[in-house]
Amino acid sequence: MDFNDSSDEAAYREKARAWLSANAKKKRSDASEAMESEDNASMKASKAWQAKKAAGGFAQITWPKEWGGPGGTPIQQVIFNQEEANFDVPPNPFQIGLGMCVPTVMTFADDATKQRYVGPALRGEEIWCQLFSEPAGGSDVAAVRTKAVREGDDWIINGQKVWTTGAQFSDFGIVLVRTDPDLPKHKGMTMFWLDMKAPGVEVKPIHQMSGGSSFNEVYFTDVRLKDSQRLGAVNDGWKTALVTLMNERLAVGGSTGTQYGHILELARGVKTEGGTMLKDGGFREKLADWYVQTEGLKFTRFRTMTALSKGQTPGPESSIGKVIAATQMQDLANAAVEMEDQYGILNDEELSPLKAAFQSSLLFAPGLRIAGGTDEILKNIIAERVLGLPGDIRVDKDVAFKDAPTGR
Amino acid sequence: MNFDYSDDQKFLKGEARKFLEARCPASVVRGVLNDDAKSYDADLWKAVAEMGWLGAAIPEQFGGLGLGKIELCAIAEELGRVVAPIPFASTVYFMAEAVMLAGTDQHKGFVLPKIASGEWIGCFATSEGPGAVTPSSIKAVVKDGKLTGTKIPVTDGDCANIAVVLANENGKPGLYFVNLGDAGVQRETLKTLDPTRGVAKLTFKDAGAWRLGGEGDGFALMEQVFDRAAVYLAFEQVGGADRSLEMAKAYALERYAFGRVIASYQAIKHKLADMYVKNELARSNAYYGGWALATDAAELPLAASAARVAASDAFWFASKENIQTHGGMGFTWEVDCHLYYRRAKQLGLVAGGAKVWKERLVSQLERRNAA
Repeated sequence: MDFNDSSDEAAYREKARAWLSANAKKKRSDASEAMESEDNASMKASKAWQAKKAAGGFAQITWPKEWGGPGGTPIQQVIFNQEEANFDVPPNPFQIGLGMCVPTVMTFADDATKQRYVGPALRGEEIWCQLFSEPAGGSDVAAVRTKAVREGDDWIINGQKVWTTGAQFSDFGIVLVRTDPDLPKHKGMTMFWLDMKAPGVEVKPIHQMSGGSSFNEVYFTDVRLKDSQRLGAVNDGWKTALVTLMNERLAVGGSTGTQYGHILELARGVKTEGGTMLKDGGFREKLADWYVQTEGLKFTRFRTMTALSKGQTPGPESSIGKVIAATQMQDLANAAVEMEDQYGILNDEELSPLKAAFQSSLLFAPGLRIAGGTDEILKNIIAERVLGLPGDIRVDKDVAFKDAPTGR
Repeated sequence: MNFDYSDDQKFLKGEARKFLEARCPASVVRGVLNDDAKSYDADLWKAVAEMGWLGAAIPEQFGGLGLGKIELCAIAEELGRVVAPIPFASTVYFMAEAVMLAGTDQHKGFVLPKIASGEWIGCFATSEGPGAVTPSSIKAVVKDGKLTGTKIPVTDGDCANIAVVLANENGKPGLYFVNLGDAGVQRETLKTLDPTRGVAKLTFKDAGAWRLGGEGDGFALMEQVFDRAAVYLAFEQVGGADRSLEMAKAYALERYAFGRVIASYQAIKHKLADMYVKNELARSNAYYGGWALATDAAELPLAASAARVAASDAFWFASKENIQTHGGMGFTWEVDCHLYYRRAKQLGLVAGGAKVWKERLVSQLERRNAA
């Protein structure tokens, strides 16, 4: 039981470190992670950084040489991510496209399409988004109502998607649509790729309760697609979607937002009659719990890395990361503003401790508990795919989609 | 990255599981539970000694197998799964660790071979009443090599041959060996939450006492012994917590209510998912504790505290929610759920409760962050 790299891994880490040192600046140790920032300047920097990584052989490390990757292993990707996290690099708006959309294109599109689109995506020249969620289907991804009707060699798309990350700056997307409402829910869907600048596509940013706009609504009005843009067979879209979802990036990233170390420092500075809040017994017990959870997650990631290092594929057990991290983010932020007492009402970067990072976390946490699988869906995933418990009863399973019960 | 048991350790663990499934079914645990006169299962104790497990982490020169600490962690996990009714923790995690930590070569040569062979059962006597053990809670006194005072409760004090006792000498705390066969020792067996682990009140009156470690080092040494024991105990707790989840899952998959298995209701699925999450976090923290223990890392006090806090919480949660999942059946004497519920509490308290360990964790953290 140790944390040592194998000799191959150590050599790769050295190589990654050397490349990063030559191409980026070390991160300052007190830097805190930004939660929402996607302005134009950072987009330009993001694209430039992605191009550099692609040229250096550090973009999509597991992709085969045929598609411009270096043909590396999953553990090499994890090692590079770990090392890259120590450097001051721009945000990564390519993750969904390269992690989920483009691999789907690589699996299902014709050669001409692949030759045209894979390379530019890898180099960060073009960005892809994933259009699955709809107003009537968040957790229930297969409940899509956006419909596609065939017209000769074309398909006409009408409907609406929602919670589309990065649609506002995406060039292309993959979209899951209903092609036969007479079939049961999972059987009448088809997947397409599309140009986000095509006539009839309208992107409207969602104004989040946290103030930012990372997500969008996307409206389709008589959008015309060619049949050659189809990914997978007609009415077989769910199978294609499963391939997309299988490609979700390895859940080995760190936590976001304010952490136990931040609140420890806050407590050191908040005075009480008896000293500081750091001496408060109730606070100390909570701090211990947060520490134990955070370390538990870190070492669980190390166990996942161990499985990768041995060439095994980690299973859905990595779902536990977000359940814990999101809940803790909310709980810890709440404890921090409670500790500030009346002053905690302030949400002012100049006045609030740590540039109001606890207030930001408090307002961002509800979203984190929902995005990428709600707490409840993730617990279902653990129960069903890890523990092998039965799936929920689905009353819409064997009914034509058009006859399935719906709300408004 | 190699943050897992090695293949050899996995093999040892697999063999331990097979052995304990054969030699320690619930009927053996119940044999101790249902018999007030029995404080442990002597046959199982003997069998475990023959396997060499008592000396798994004791060096060969002192009669052990000298396998290593992670190997002992693997065995502990398996003992926890079957709630083994033997004085293994007291003898191996506390007594043997205390001797290896603070003993002279003479102490080691005298005590460790008797532990490794199963000849001696040990115990670790620190508490004197309600509340956490603190420097000011120690009333037992050693004077001119004679111990006087009372320790309560002492796990396995009813069956042990030898004790390590926390007492003051010249106003300073120390650890002392006491032969429990001494005429100055009186023992009284007490009722406990978990009758599968024996407990006694030990009363000393001018009992012969030999110091283990330096004068005045007793409290610090006790904390170091607790750190080591906490890691092994965490593995037992993880084993018990995993078994509790398995029991809950098996029952939920066979029990029908309202026309379907209760495992298909989200109220049960999410409960079991919560158990799984806590168990995995506890396992990961325990592994880190095991690594710190095996490598003698400076992080041991923090790692042990985290391992203990996570494991105590996970086993308590899994054992209580296992009963809940079983419904009324879980509340009966005949169903095994309560064996785990009792052991969860016993293990969670035996080296100090959650509050003590959370405080120890945070004080380490404060120090680390200040540095």
